[in-house]
Amino acid sequence: MFRIVEARFLAPEVKLFRIEAPRIARKRLPGQFVILRVHDHGERIPLTLADSDPAAGTITLVVQGVGRSTRLLNALEAGDTIPDVVGPLGKPSVIEKVKTVVVIGGGLGTAIAYPTAKAFHEAGSHVISIIGGRSRAYVILEDEVRAVSDRVIVTTDDGSAGAKGFVTERLAEVIQSDPRPDLVLAIGPIPMMRAVAEVTRPVGIATVVSLNPIMVDGTGMCGGCRVIVDGKPRFACVDGPEFDAHQVDFQILTQRNAMYRAQEKTALESPPPAAASTAEVPAGSPGEPHDCRMVRAIPELDGVWRTCPTPPTAPVSGS
Amino acid sequence: MAHVPHASDCPRLRFLIRTAIPTTTFTPMSHPLSPKDRMKIPRQPMPEEPPCERAHHFLEVNRGLDAAVAQREALRCLECKSPRCVSSCPVGVKVREFVGLVVAGDYLGAAAKIREDNVLPAVTGRVCPQETQCEGACILGNKGESLAIGYLERFVADYEIRTGQTGLPARAPLTGKRVAIVGSGPAGLSCAGDLAQHGHEVTVLEALHEIGGVLVYGIPEFRLPKDIVRGEVANLERLGVSFRTNVVVGPSVTLDELMKEEGYDAVFVATGAGLPIFLNLPGEHLCGVYSANEFLTRINLMKAHEFPAYDSPVYDCRDRDVMVFGGGNTAMDAVRMARRLGARTARIVYRRSAEEMPARAEEAKHAHEEGIEFLYLTAPLEFVGDAQGRLTSVKLQRMELGAPDASGRRSPVPIPGSEHELPLQVAIIAIGNRGNPLVPGSTPDLRTTRHGYIIADPESLKTSKRGVFAGGDIVTGGATVILAMGAGRKAARAIHEFLVSGSW
Ligand SMILES: Cc1cc2nc3c(=O)[nH]c(=O)nc-3n(C[C@H](O)[C@H](O)[C@H](O)COP(=O)(O)OP(=O)(O)OC[C@H]3O[C@@H](n4cnc5c(N)ncnc54)[C@H](O)[C@@H]3O)c2cc1C
Ligand code: FES
Repeated sequence: MFRIVEARFLAPEVKLFRIEAPRIARKRLPGQFVILRVHDHGERIPLTLADSDPAAGTITLVVQGVGRSTRLLNALEAGDTIPDVVGPLGKPSVIEKVKTVVVIGGGLGTAIAYPTAKAFHEAGSHVISIIGGRSRAYVILEDEVRAVSDRVIVTTDDGSAGAKGFVTERLAEVIQSDPRPDLVLAIGPIPMMRAVAEVTRPVGIATVVSLNPIMVDGTGMCGGCRVIVDGKPRFACVDGPEFDAHQVDFQILTQRNAMYRAQEKTALESPPPAAASTAEVPAGSPGEPHDCRMVRAIPELDGVWRTCPTPPTAPVSGS
Repeated sequence: MAHVPHASDCPRLRFLIRTAIPTTTFTPMSHPLSPKDRMKIPRQPMPEEPPCERAHHFLEVNRGLDAAVAQREALRCLECKSPRCVSSCPVGVKVREFVGLVVAGDYLGAAAKIREDNVLPAVTGRVCPQETQCEGACILGNKGESLAIGYLERFVADYEIRTGQTGLPARAPLTGKRVAIVGSGPAGLSCAGDLAQHGHEVTVLEALHEIGGVLVYGIPEFRLPKDIVRGEVANLERLGVSFRTNVVVGPSVTLDELMKEEGYDAVFVATGAGLPIFLNLPGEHLCGVYSANEFLTRINLMKAHEFPAYDSPVYDCRDRDVMVFGGGNTAMDAVRMARRLGARTARIVYRRSAEEMPARAEEAKHAHEEGIEFLYLTAPLEFVGDAQGRLTSVKLQRMELGAPDASGRRSPVPIPGSEHELPLQVAIIAIGNRGNPLVPGSTPDLRTTRHGYIIADPESLKTSKRGVFAGGDIVTGGATVILAMGAGRKAARAIHEFLVSGSW
């Protein structure tokens, strides 16, 4: 059990958690993530580590309530516990001193980009941060980002804070100005990261994105998180999550992330899991009248099951 | 001390294990039959859920023998002087002795006898490939059918669980030595059991949120009910083994930290072969293409078939065409699972022919009965999808068997002009795994093979790093539950020696 020591909303649907997890706090480096389960019937969801405090033994997560699990998580408060948190997973960001780095955070991505911006700042780089959101309320962690950046540009889609427009427009300006950035790091929604890659590709500026494919175990065991980079499959949980933006196949990532769209909708509409905890009873039970799909599907196939349903055969009796 | 749950507390388990407990006393066979009469008794069949019904539920297929049948089966044993079944068991279970105890009606004694060599009898009685091990060596098999050793093992193990009288071995006085075991699959569990018996303090570290490795995330409920695994884990807890989930050794804590900072005197690495191999074909990224590991994990561990009562989804197989590529146990499990999820067609696609198929004979038989179709001598060429990136069909090619390859198996050769396309919405790839790199990747002085397996001495299971032993699939590559358990035992012996002598 992992105890939540602090929980507060940063923006609508966006909540910050500080959670006791001393082992993870001690090891965590920028760019890494954890996988957690909110309850006993929960799925394993990957969340990037926004920060950690080894002395206090806590990790910081910033969560956007989009699906059922993240909404359940966002309903938790300080003092509540989370059954499973495992990490830190994935490769840390490669932080080496470059002269100028642009760190772009779109929406929730700001929380993920912040630790990397901080690390570059500490490594002595000139850090330009571009943070964006739908409107003023969705621009998060502005003060924190300011503290580790040499320059901060805020953008909103509606112009309610900073400049009106998309982060890519501001990026295009930054690229034109002096000093020309050596590295761009972009974290946010897939369309944003893809757009950033297209801005930097023609001018040949190295660009890194942090990908968020669907995951299960997070240890390289299932391959569900595979993304196509440079034409080859890579497992985001162990080979990533950061990859060269110019090599990533964003279309495949978008398609794979939509794989369970229908189920996600059902999940949001179905009652919370507590009400459905009869699931311990195995689905279906023998003997119930049923519509045998096998007969429909392969009528030509001859098998023992053709004679079904029969009462279970009694063991051979002798003596 | 907190109440340690015991398997027999669980009403569901009682329901699952339908082995009839004798309510009346039966007459133990005090006058065993003559060899000739014993050979007249036919091998007792395993009662099974009818195929047509079980294709729609997740209950265990094999129901288990009842006591009377088990006794009759046990009577078939010829009690060989030097039993070949014992020497061909990777952990040397004393088959003749335990079968004798079954004949005598002492089921708990029989179970205790097995436990001397095998800490997971209820598991191995269900999933061991007996036909190539104990039963394959049984002398009865020369003329007729071998003794059903697996059924008997399962019978006594279930009897023990049912009656809640698991005869745990005694624990030696505490030695004060601490051992960390990385990975909670069969290798880790058996090593933990043996070391705890020697009086060492054992902690098992597991990356996932449940204990059991492949036994919980890979092998399906219909073959190995998860409550059985939980019961065995509870037994180990009662023996004094502690379990910690959610610890990924490597990223969470390194081997060096375990030994230097956390005070462990030795470590056993049993992380399994957990890196799925893909076919490397065009279209493998399409939605609907899974590794068998992912497909089975979503269902066995995450219970996706009970979505939305559980949060994890799985691709809807209902009224869809499903193909599983591969011919091992994993492939059989995946295809039978797809059948249970309501697949319209559920097919195995295997490059070679039925004879070369590595799956256990019983699995292939059950699959056939459940209406699984087998496309032998067929290999995929390409997965084809629609504009949304969803799998819609597969291009296949026929093969024929050519000259034997390095492994001695005849290697499949494509037949030119045999390319064809079939509709397909779910593809599951079950062609094997490689070693998981997390531990070696964080331990530079741990030597590995080209394929990422840890190099360990075959006898002592010592690795290149002092104090670190390794065994199971992470050393051998994908093998079997019992071989992994055998490795766990060997390691426990070597670790005990190392802890006592202090010399490497
Ligand atoms: C679907 C399927 C069906 C099978 N059917 C059969 C069968 O019928 N009969 C049979 O004999 N064999 C069968 N096998 C093979 C058998 O299950 C394996 O050979 C056996 O489980 C190997 O045991 P192990 O202990 O080495 O590893 P595993 O069972 O793989 O356990 C390794 C454990 O280590 C954990 N781990 C990995 N890395 C770390 C880390 N860094 N830190 C902490 N924990 C870690 C993993 O999460 C896992 O729980 C089957 C395998 C599969 C996949
Ligand atoms: S999440 Fe399973 S391999 Fe990456």
